[in-house]
Amino acid sequence: MRNEVLFSGFGGQGIILSAVILGRAAAIYDNKFAVQTQVYGPEARGGASMSAVIIEDEEVLYPKVRNPDIYVIMSQQGFEKYGVNAGAKARMLLDSGLVFSRPECRYAEVPATETAKKDLGRVIVANIIMLGALVTATEVVSKAAIEMAVMDSVPKGTEQLNMDALNAGFGLGENCEV
Amino acid sequence: MQGNIACAEGALAAGCSFFGGYPITPSTEVAEHMARILPKKGGTFIQMEDELASISSIIGASWAGARSMTATSGPGFSLMMENIGYAVMTETPIVIVNIQRGGPSTGQPTMGAQGDMMQCRFGSHGDYSTIALVPSTVQEMFDLTAKAFNLADRFRCPVFLMSDEIIGHMREKVTIPEEVDIIRRRPLKEGKLPFEPEDDMIPGFPEFGKGYRVHVTGLTHDERGYPEATNCELHSELVTRLVNKIESKRHEIADYDIINPQAEIVFITYGPPGRAVRQLMHDYSDLEIGHLNLRIVWPFPEKVLKEFPNASKFIVPELNMGQMAREIQRHTSIEVESLPKIGGEMHTPDELFRAMGGDS
Repeated sequence: MRNEVLFSGFGGQGIILSAVILGRAAAIYDNKFAVQTQVYGPEARGGASMSAVIIEDEEVLYPKVRNPDIYVIMSQQGFEKYGVNAGAKARMLLDSGLVFSRPECRYAEVPATETAKKDLGRVIVANIIMLGALVTATEVVSKAAIEMAVMDSVPKGTEQLNMDALNAGFGLGENCEV
Repeated sequence: MQGNIACAEGALAAGCSFFGGYPITPSTEVAEHMARILPKKGGTFIQMEDELASISSIIGASWAGARSMTATSGPGFSLMMENIGYAVMTETPIVIVNIQRGGPSTGQPTMGAQGDMMQCRFGSHGDYSTIALVPSTVQEMFDLTAKAFNLADRFRCPVFLMSDEIIGHMREKVTIPEEVDIIRRRPLKEGKLPFEPEDDMIPGFPEFGKGYRVHVTGLTHDERGYPEATNCELHSELVTRLVNKIESKRHEIADYDIINPQAEIVFITYGPPGRAVRQLMHDYSDLEIGHLNLRIVWPFPEKVLKEFPNASKFIVPELNMGQMAREIQRHTSIEVESLPKIGGEMHTPDELFRAMGGDS
């Protein structure tokens, strides 16, 4: 089983961190194999940021995404650059407040940024909400694994905020049919 | 863990206690991590004013007994060339990490390449030999960096870790062993002159501060270390020894994997393209495909080509315009097909399949 998860959004949303956390959850806590890569160039600063994770039960040979089966899109520009290429069999989670286009593949609308602002008072945790929704909507990693990976990755003093965000995401993802 | 961090961790595990460098994309994370960790371990991190100074600083640190390292990329690597030759001539163990990016010149700072493979072998003037390791996973970044220090100490020469942006910036799971094998340089024996070789052609090391008074020069020198720049015989003996102390051990130094040695079509790789070959073999498991993946490319272990008795063709995918393909070609009568790719992206398994004559 190989999952290729592609994240895109704008700089500052934590797109790359999201992929790092997902990869850590899979590789360290679900004891699978994972490779995380990213578009590193200056065009990613201010434009569409992109990061990807490959998760496999066996050693990951080819480390670059070839045909993502899961997309997490958090900006309109990210959709236009990466989301539009989604294959018919792909699944996509969209931040419904920030992405106006809709793909031809299966998708779910996740109001991550809106929930972060209104319910948690901190827009910065939108990516963690999205990660929670990703996990319950697709089961690409276990809930326990993503919880531990988030705790490893967030700054001291923000653990509760991030757990609240992750749980809010779990709730949003459970209602998604993708 | 990110590849560049694994490189720094490998160096720390090997007892590297001095890092001198100048930041450059895509190698900067190596320096950042060393700056964070080295001072806490009693080591020294110094950001020099440029790459000329960086390599000079690690040569000096090595003479003071430290395992020392620098990390750079294309433009910085070019600036280091002069003193790489100095390290060769003075037989100074140092480790130089090159996280390769697209060249020539400033080229593609954020994209991967393998365009410096010949530069690490021949980039400094004069005749010499070097050792170059190439990782294709983040785990190998750790393992091969640690190994580079043992090779540098054993052969008393610059050793290159020739990685690239792809592996440097990739994150994968790394298992860090409790301890890594550390085999330090052999000290100068009582009664020996400072540049008097032992049976293996390598002199013992007279560390500064241990009571030795040694003259260290880039000029052709005698076994005392004193310049003898017009002595034809001495120069010939010295440079021949500098080359042969490494080349004569090239099959012992060799580090590679062989898969399906009975195959007719054989891919030869080092670094990232090897992973595209492995994926191809996985995706088309019914095809007979042979694979030689080199973890040490210099000195080139040409005998390994004989491990494929049925080979009718060697295909060499590289992230350059065909550098090692030429080296392979000169050692075999079997057809060698270069499969160059530049621009910053890896070969896809489908591209390799088409190179085999497949229709995808």
